[in-house]
Amino acid sequence: METNQILETIRMIEEEKLDIRTITMGISLLDCIDSDGGKARQKIYDKITRLAQNLVRTGEDIENEFGIPIIHKRISVTPIAMVAGASGDKDYVAYAKTLDEAAKATGVNFIGGFSALVQKGYTVGDRRLVQSIPEALAVTELVCSSVNVGSTRSGINMDAVGEMGRIVKETAERTADAQGLGCAKLVIFANAVEDNPFMAGAFHGVGEADCIINVGVSGPGVVKRALEKVKGERFDVVSETIKKITFKITRMGQLVGHEASTRLGVPFGIVDLSLAPTPAVGDSVARILEEMGLESAGTHGTTAALALLNDAVKKGGVMACSHVGGLSGAFIPVSEDAGMIEAVEVGALNIQKLEAMTAVCSVGLDMIAIPGDTPAETISAMIADEAAIGVINNKTTAVRVIPAPGKKVGDNVEFGGLLGRAPVMAVSSHSAAEFIARGGRIPAPIHSFKN
Amino acid sequence: MKAILTVIGKDNVGIIAGVSRQLADLQVNILDVSQTIMNGYFTMMMILDLSAAKETFGDVKKALADKGDELNVQIKIQREEIFTSMHSL
Repeated sequence: METNQILETIRMIEEEKLDIRTITMGISLLDCIDSDGGKARQKIYDKITRLAQNLVRTGEDIENEFGIPIIHKRISVTPIAMVAGASGDKDYVAYAKTLDEAAKATGVNFIGGFSALVQKGYTVGDRRLVQSIPEALAVTELVCSSVNVGSTRSGINMDAVGEMGRIVKETAERTADAQGLGCAKLVIFANAVEDNPFMAGAFHGVGEADCIINVGVSGPGVVKRALEKVKGERFDVVSETIKKITFKITRMGQLVGHEASTRLGVPFGIVDLSLAPTPAVGDSVARILEEMGLESAGTHGTTAALALLNDAVKKGGVMACSHVGGLSGAFIPVSEDAGMIEAVEVGALNIQKLEAMTAVCSVGLDMIAIPGDTPAETISAMIADEAAIGVINNKTTAVRVIPAPGKKVGDNVEFGGLLGRAPVMAVSSHSAAEFIARGGRIPAPIHSFKN
Repeated sequence: MKAILTVIGKDNVGIIAGVSRQLADLQVNILDVSQTIMNGYFTMMMILDLSAAKETFGDVKKALADKGDELNVQIKIQREEIFTSMHSL
């Protein structure tokens, strides 16, 4: 072991904010299904608290021994619409409360999976779950919800897109005293992945094992620092530099994932290598783009810079670990990234540019505050645009916007913690109401004649 | 279990003596040592074997951190795998 390698690792952790963002335990709840809702919820609570009882302590032990911060410990479960559908319950808020209680009992930071997959149509359970979302997110603290409304194989369910615009609005209004915080725990996906450890979109897919450990690694600061050393060099060098540094970051995720899975006696699922920013100084994806030579994130060239970053991150990470999964790439949430916030405030970054950026990176319009009086149809239309980008390009996209009650463009919304602060951004004032009112489905795209 | 100890701080009399004494008290064996002055800072690394240690990893870590406060340097101890996994295949 060479001295400079040891110091490099220590510097990455201490100065450049390298961290394991989350150890997420995925738990299948399919064996908790019961025609009696009360019994089902008891089984859910028992299973989660049994399997995850040592999750937080194990995470803390690993953090202590290896000296790498593990920011969150989380749980993801089978989409509740599938589990609750067998019961005669008319609304599923009680299930959300059970998840919240189980999460609190185990000490985790979030639990994801109050979810429905409706890309082609609704079951009875899906419909009841979606209608329960606003209240569920208002009366729980740790529960995260997601709804998948489109996929490359099945197209876009425009009825669901229309409904989700209204659900987002209602969720914001139900949590108006917290500036619409409920919406920060609600993601609308196209091509949702089944092994994503990141919130708010994590759920445990039906193709997964009974219980698994997934790990999310982050470290935008480390990438930025590496690029500072190749200032002015050609893009070939930029790409190689990002690949090498993300390789190192991912190795750490692999180690922690393997260690957690061994100690908990649970199979290791995947490492999700995603550059996930936090509001802390030096932990920003926008600053990486600016390090490549852009005056501010959001200016012309941003999409190309992000495309290179996202691709090089994947290439570096894939060889570094046995199983890569989840979303793996770069996240561009506005409120959680000090550089993105600044770019919005100086007028360099708007929603149109963010939409273009989502075509080349992980996820989508993420943690964006919009005016509280934005019509539900406009939010639906934003969801439709994002879903179209995902469905046509065979990638995951998502919308997590907060129509902050009573707020106008230029106001600020403070969420605190990892969720950060969001400047309220302008949306188009032209209506999409008639477009959304049509409903029905946008058919799956053709998979040939690509151009 | 092997671990890497790093000591960084302003150079002073008795750092190596203080750290090694503490390790001996904790029944921790030193396998390798490298020490230099980097940009004016005392920088020392040790590879340690904790298999004979009676205390838990957390207690060893705490005892060393306290010793660091006393010697006016920063002492960290981390399991070796965090470094080997990152830098070697």
